[in-house]
Amino acid sequence: MSRSDKHIDEVSGVETTGHEWDGIRELNNPLPAWWLWVFWVSVAVAIIYWVLLPAWPMVTTNTIGILGSSDRVNVANDMAALEAKRGAMWQQLTSVPLESIESNPALLEFAQKAGGVAFGTNCAGCHGSGAQGAKGYPNLADDVWIWGGKLADIQQTIRFGVRSADPETRQSQMPSFGRDEILTKDQINDVVEFVTTLSGGEANAEAAERGRTVFAEQCTVCHGDDGKGNRELGAPNLTDQEWLYGSDKATLYETVFYARRGVMPAWHERLDDPTIRALAVFVHTRGGGE
Amino acid sequence: MIFSHEPFERHSLVLTAGILIVVAIGGLIEIAPLFYLENTIEKVEGMRPYTPLELAGRNIYIREGCYTCHSQMIRPLRDEVERYGHYSLAAESMYDHPFQWGSKRTGPDLARVGGKYSDDWQRRHLIDPREVVPESVMPGYRFLDGTPLRYDDISAQLAANSIVGVPYTDEMIDNAKADLEAQAVEGGEGEEALVGRYPKAMARDYDGRPAEITEMDALVAYLQMLGTLVDFKTYEAEDPANKR
Repeated sequence: MSRSDKHIDEVSGVETTGHEWDGIRELNNPLPAWWLWVFWVSVAVAIIYWVLLPAWPMVTTNTIGILGSSDRVNVANDMAALEAKRGAMWQQLTSVPLESIESNPALLEFAQKAGGVAFGTNCAGCHGSGAQGAKGYPNLADDVWIWGGKLADIQQTIRFGVRSADPETRQSQMPSFGRDEILTKDQINDVVEFVTTLSGGEANAEAAERGRTVFAEQCTVCHGDDGKGNRELGAPNLTDQEWLYGSDKATLYETVFYARRGVMPAWHERLDDPTIRALAVFVHTRGGGE
Repeated sequence: MIFSHEPFERHSLVLTAGILIVVAIGGLIEIAPLFYLENTIEKVEGMRPYTPLELAGRNIYIREGCYTCHSQMIRPLRDEVERYGHYSLAAESMYDHPFQWGSKRTGPDLARVGGKYSDDWQRRHLIDPREVVPESVMPGYRFLDGTPLRYDDISAQLAANSIVGVPYTDEMIDNAKADLEAQAVEGGEGEEALVGRYPKAMARDYDGRPAEITEMDALVAYLQMLGTLVDFKTYEAEDPANKR
């Protein structure tokens, strides 16, 4: 590269930059006018931004801008606007008695829509997108309820959960009959045979008869003399065809040996009251509400 | 011409020095203030360093690359607050090295996933995501289940974090192994000491294998505490110090 000696290029008539590499020179074409304008406008916008919005770091804090804008305040305003947009019916969800929501057709439809959205976000992970449940997660679309199928029961379950960390949670602990050596393996096999007969399944009659005694001693306190369960204690009905974990004998054995202690989280800190009520209505109207 | 490019073009060392100065200006203005400005991290109640078990779970989270699909940053936008809960605060990441923010989500944000599902769900979902979420595209992490957690170096892990500013005390570092073991069972004798050192720590058998401490225990313990520490009842969004 030689030292600067600017001159005009003969072919194009454009000035060169003055640099020369082994006889090759660089044309110094000016930047397009539109480009320069965009550049200077961008600089001007940046300066306006500094004045209006949070920008420069100072000694202990940053400049906050004359608009006083804050993302955190904005989102609070957006949430308030959202609530306002949901309108009077959103307020009504909590202002009217829970049981009367379903007798108002417009409010019922509103609650079902709102509940359906909240269900998809928060509940479908376990209970399935159609509320059909899965192994270990109850089907909410049928009329089998462990803790009760009335609106108030459902609301209570959603709020405080089942065996959750919340102090007001629904709580029941079936003993681990096998692991804690309350029953022997033979006794568990017998009681499994007996439980199978309760719902009309095929079982070894002799073993089932022995199992009846075991059942009477160990299981009736919660599941009742007839095995129909007890919702106060969250003890499932063993005489129906609905099984949370499965009705084959291997699964039943596992259930009695280890006990199942499925957990549902408490939602009252995560969801607001109108959402919980909408969810209760949504679940209640899936088909089996009482 | 008053200013000439020529010295930079003729001497590569001058050019290097010039580049350094220009880049340093950007760093000084954009990065350095974050370390001394008092309002970059808001003051909140409830934040504490990770327990040893949670830290071990976090290491697995990083090892398995969970961050490539999941962010831990709920932005202050209506849709995100509606779906995930309160927007994330800087204070909630202050003991994260490295932080888990992100702008790409293939899976949902996990900043507040703690307590949203049961331990059993987390375990089953990690083993086979499609068993519980049929439309999921997440890979299964079946091998975590039953794989013993290696934690002989857990005290060193805490010590390394304390070097970069996490306020682990000597007591925490010395008891790291005991605390880790105490958190993996429910109602063990070390639970009280654990909760004394780490408020809100939840001690239980996370993976359904009471006799073992597995990688599944650690990861689920970590997931179950995400976003649960800050007490939002005492947090004032309208406080000028918290506006941004």
